[in-house]
Amino acid sequence: MGAIALSPLDLALASILVLALALISRRMRFGVENRLLIAALRTTVQLSLIGFVLKVLFENATLWWVALLAIVMLLIAGREVMARQERRFAGWWGYGMGTMSMFISSFAVTLLALNILIQPDPWYLPQYAIPLLGMLLGNTMNGISLGLDRLTTSAWQQRQVIEARLMLGQSASQAIADIRRESIRVGMVPMINAMTAAGVISLPGMMTGQILAGAPPMEAVKYQILIMFLITTGTGFGTLGAVWFGSKRLFDERERLRLERLKSGR
Amino acid sequence: MAARLTIKQLSTLHVGPLDLELSRGECVTLAGPSGAGKTLLLRALADLDAHDGELLLDGRPSTGMKAHEWRRHVGLLPAESQWWGESVGMHFESTDAALLHELGFKPEVMQWEVARCSTGERQRLALVRLLQNRPEVLLLDEPTASLDADNVERVEAIIGRQCREYGVAVIWVSHDIQQASRVGDRCMHMSEGKLEALD
Repeated sequence: MGAIALSPLDLALASILVLALALISRRMRFGVENRLLIAALRTTVQLSLIGFVLKVLFENATLWWVALLAIVMLLIAGREVMARQERRFAGWWGYGMGTMSMFISSFAVTLLALNILIQPDPWYLPQYAIPLLGMLLGNTMNGISLGLDRLTTSAWQQRQVIEARLMLGQSASQAIADIRRESIRVGMVPMINAMTAAGVISLPGMMTGQILAGAPPMEAVKYQILIMFLITTGTGFGTLGAVWFGSKRLFDERERLRLERLKSGR
Repeated sequence: MAARLTIKQLSTLHVGPLDLELSRGECVTLAGPSGAGKTLLLRALADLDAHDGELLLDGRPSTGMKAHEWRRHVGLLPAESQWWGESVGMHFESTDAALLHELGFKPEVMQWEVARCSTGERQRLALVRLLQNRPEVLLLDEPTASLDADNVERVEAIIGRQCREYGVAVIWVSHDIQQASRVGDRCMHMSEGKLEALD
């Protein structure tokens, strides 16, 4: 049993709703109509493209094609992390720090899930590997960009306090400890909230999708719980890693605060 | 015996190159127009800014110890004190009642909210906070700028005792010529990053 197929007309009707919202935004000068329309257009184009890519990939399920798509997804997510920083690390670090943390945590958790928990045959079966990695990357990206953004913004705003603590002989790690703790918390809170609300306030997207496609609810629920745990772990360790790297990078080898390593992002 | 603080060819972007030696218990005052680099000099001495040249404490080079250890020995009191916790006590590892008393505080000050302290109270508390590290060198950036006459006297007395009793060497930035001649063993003038001795 499959889901009920949508006709182009169904999508066209839904798009009229978005257009109506844009029109109201324009009339009332909210100033978001352009961004709204561009985002809607991007969604359409990007999802159509990935649909096409996945179709081809499912027909040619080799490890190399799956790995290639995974790398492309990682690099785009890394760019997105960087773009979301108000003040980001200058040069290669701005891109590398978030991307590296995302790579380590998302790929490790995905490999673990594929090889030990779900065990499809072969383990890199794209029907499992790509959506799983996609969900992990998407959430880890959020956590890391929130965490890093808080870290760099707070360090910038509180530079005098950080330096005052250094003057009193605190180590760089002590001087940034409060900010680091807060940044990690900020990065992890969305996932904790999502787990708290799951099932009572929101029906998570993946579970909804499986139910629409005809899966028995309890099977969908089991998958959703697994995914929630994986995403939380991936996001948590990714955020920890990125904020830890970032807080090191804010200081040099003589424990001096080096804010010139940040640059204004926007 | 090696000087307490030896500065050899110290230079940063805006300061120096300059040489200076401070012996045990010596207090050098530093005056000069704003923008002359006084604060930057103190920051370089506390190793908060990157610099060329050598700094030695009792003959031991700064590079031979961890930066935060250096800053425990060479304590910088900034012109504007910074506080991160809610209460005063959150910034202190221990309470030195005698020192607090000398600066006009009762031990209960530890329960005070920082936000309710005046600028002058904060400045004096910042001095107590710095002195609890028992630094061998004190770098004071206008430590009495927002204090009334009584408290200026208190602070001068405490710093003087640090010099006499513990051999602490002091660099004291002050715009007050009378204060400079009162507390300083030597008075120096700074302009455009260079030091010159005043008689």
